[in-house]
This record gives sequence, C-alpha cells and structure tokens, in this order.
Amino acid sequence: METLEQIKNRAELAARGAKIEITPNPGPSGQSSLLIDNEHAVEVAKFLRDHAALAFDFCSNVTGVDWLDRSIKKTTKVKQVVDGVEKEVDQTTEEIISGYLEAVYHLYSMKLKHGPLIIRMRAPNRGDAHMPSLTPVWRSAELQEREIFDLYGIKFDGHPDLRRILMWDEFVDHPMRKDYVQPDDFEWEPTPHDEVLARAKTHYTPRPQQDGSEKITAPPQS
Amino acid sequence: MSEGQIDEGLRAELQRQGIWVTSMQELYNWGRKNSIWPLQFGLACCAIEMIATAASRYDIARFGGEVFRPSPRQADLMIVAGTVTKKMAPQIVRLYNQMPDPKYVISMGACAISGGPFKQGYNVLKGIDRYIPVDVYIPGCPPRPEALLHAFMELQRKIDEQKLSGAAKADFLKPEQPSEFPVPAFGEHDLNPPANKDVYQPPKLERV
Repeated sequence: METLEQIKNRAELAARGAKIEITPNPGPSGQSSLLIDNEHAVEVAKFLRDHAALAFDFCSNVTGVDWLDRSIKKTTKVKQVVDGVEKEVDQTTEEIISGYLEAVYHLYSMKLKHGPLIIRMRAPNRGDAHMPSLTPVWRSAELQEREIFDLYGIKFDGHPDLRRILMWDEFVDHPMRKDYVQPDDFEWEPTPHDEVLARAKTHYTPRPQQDGSEKITAPPQS
Repeated sequence: MSEGQIDEGLRAELQRQGIWVTSMQELYNWGRKNSIWPLQFGLACCAIEMIATAASRYDIARFGGEVFRPSPRQADLMIVAGTVTKKMAPQIVRLYNQMPDPKYVISMGACAISGGPFKQGYNVLKGIDRYIPVDVYIPGCPPRPEALLHAFMELQRKIDEQKLSGAAKADFLKPEQPSEFPVPAFGEHDLNPPANKDVYQPPKLERV
C-alpha cells in the first residue's frame, strides 16, 4: 500500500478543493488517519474505492468518537528581559478546543489485499451534527452509520434509511456521548466501585466508621 | 386433614387389597406437572444452555417438557433465558399476557434475575420480575443444563402442591388475581413505568 502522504496527494488531485489532513496516531499501532472535509468526502471516498492502485472496496468498520470541549496547556520557553538581564522564562499558553463529533471509517482492499486505510470526518457542532453518508459508496456502512446516529446523534445526510437501530424510536438521548446522563435508577449493589460507588453514595446515607471512613457497602443485616 | 387429601394409611391399606385411590387434585396436578410446555424463545447465551437442556444429552423430555411451543397460546411455561434489554421488555410482558392460565415463569441466569453484569447499564432491565411474577429463579452465568433441570423439577414440585379448591387454592383459580400485567411503554429516557409497583417492591436496606 502507498503511504498516507501519497494517498493524500492523489486524492487531493482527484477531488479538486478537497482539504485532507493527516491525523497522526502516536500510539503503538501508529495507524494515522486522513481527516477529510465534509464537502468533498463522498468524492474522495469514491476515488479511494475506484482508483486501480488503491481499490479500497471494503469498509469493515465505522466508529463514532465524541470529543468534549478540552483545553491543552503548552509550556514554551520564552526569552524575556528581566531587570536588564535576559532570562529564559516558562510561558504557559492555554488553547481551548471546542468539542466535536467524529466518524472513523476503516477501509480495506479485497482486490489488492491491503489495508487498513483510516479516514475520518468531523462535525464541529455537537448539538446539530451533520455529515455526508458514505453508504452510497460502501453499502456495509449502512447499519453502522445508523448505530452512530443512534448512540452519538450524528445525522448522516444522504443515508437511505436513517433510523435508530439499538434504542427505541421514542428515545431522545444519545447514550454513547460523554455528557449523557443515565436515568437515576440505582439499585442496591453488594460491591459498588468507581462510578457505581459514586451513584450509590447519592442514594444511601453514609455510615461513618470509627476509623473515619464512610461505609456504604454494608449488606443488609438480618 | 385438608381438602383433597387422602389418609396415607387408608390408601396403603386399600392398595394392598388391589384398589388404587386418588383424588381429582392429585390426578390433575400429576397430569399438569408432567406435560409442561415451554414457550420457545431465547434472549442471549442462556438460550444456548436451554437448547442443550432440550437436546439428547440432558433431555428435558424425561420430565415432560420437551414440547417447546412457538406460540404463547399453547405454552404453560415461559423460560426467560438471557439478558432482557429495555427494548425487549414490553414484548416479553406482551407474550406473558398472551399465555393462557395456569402459566409459570422461570427466570434463568443472572441477567434475567437482576440485570447481571449489565445491571448498571442504561439499556438493560434490572430483572424481569419488575413486570411479571416469577416462580423459579436460577442463578448462574449462564446456568448449566442441570441447573435448568433442577429449576424444572422445582416447578413440578410447586405445581404438585397447588390446591384446586378451598381458601388456599392456587392463584390462577382466583378470579380476583390478575393474569395479565400492564405492558410498559417506551419513554423518552427509560421505560414507563420503570417497574410495576403491584408486582415488584424494591428490597429495603435496613441498617442495625
């Protein structure tokens, strides 16, 4: 398979005006991906599928990703003149990245036996997220795009049958979003921990112990 | 001696003379308990164990329960075998309502009892006993076929002990006892209601 840069350059030549960015993956797998702008996504996808040297004819996996608002702190060393003496001073800049939703597609080629090529699209507005559907290009994306619509709330424009697939139609939330709030239906658990412990604390009054700790995990005494 | 029972000594005496005496209740319950027809549906991995129970090695036919019916109208027993998602729960209550009396429910496996490993999730019902009454609970994840057979025998014992007349007669013979339960509706965030208060009371934690 060609490198990501080569594929990026080919796709940009084929789809005029397409803005493609390489999103690096610093993890051990090193599977970097191509971030494609929404307007040209279908055109780029068709190119990736139909080009003879690429022939990504199989979309194996579609994933949703939710990114909340986050801030990145960067510390840079800046030379400053303090009391007439030049010194290196640490300067912290904080960059706020507003939240967005992403859909990630894993592409393989059955014909040329290579892959995966990972492409992703981004919807900047988490409240009303829209993205072009790639189902017309890869039919196997149909159910998985419905699942992303169900659990993340991304509306795929051009999808032939965009309905909820796991939850019922009357459901209004998107449970895989990071700011999803569950219905408050906690029931007694013998060994609560982590998040369940936090929920248990809101439902039972803690019993202070002699060593100062709070005991809420006590089973009912008979 | 309560109604519908025969003195054991008298019966043994008569049997020695070649007369076999029984009562309507005994005969009726004997027939019922040895031809329990389960409703044929499975929800998750427990269903695989249920299938194994019905197959030749464990052979639920030895207990008269091999006739798995594909229609609730012909079934006596509902084996809730597996995880009950909130999306599936109304359908299960509806199937239960469509079964004719007398009907029994076995809640098979950790999920059907309490939600199991998915208990704190948003999409799984925390036990089918929130909407329908359950006769026998089987713990396990999933329970082995022997455990299902044990539950089946426990249910047979339960049927055998049911009275047909008198004040202590079985619930399905009392007209005031409901045989159908309200089907929960799909709400915007959860099932509505989240549990049927007439069937299910949450356990109270009492501290000493």
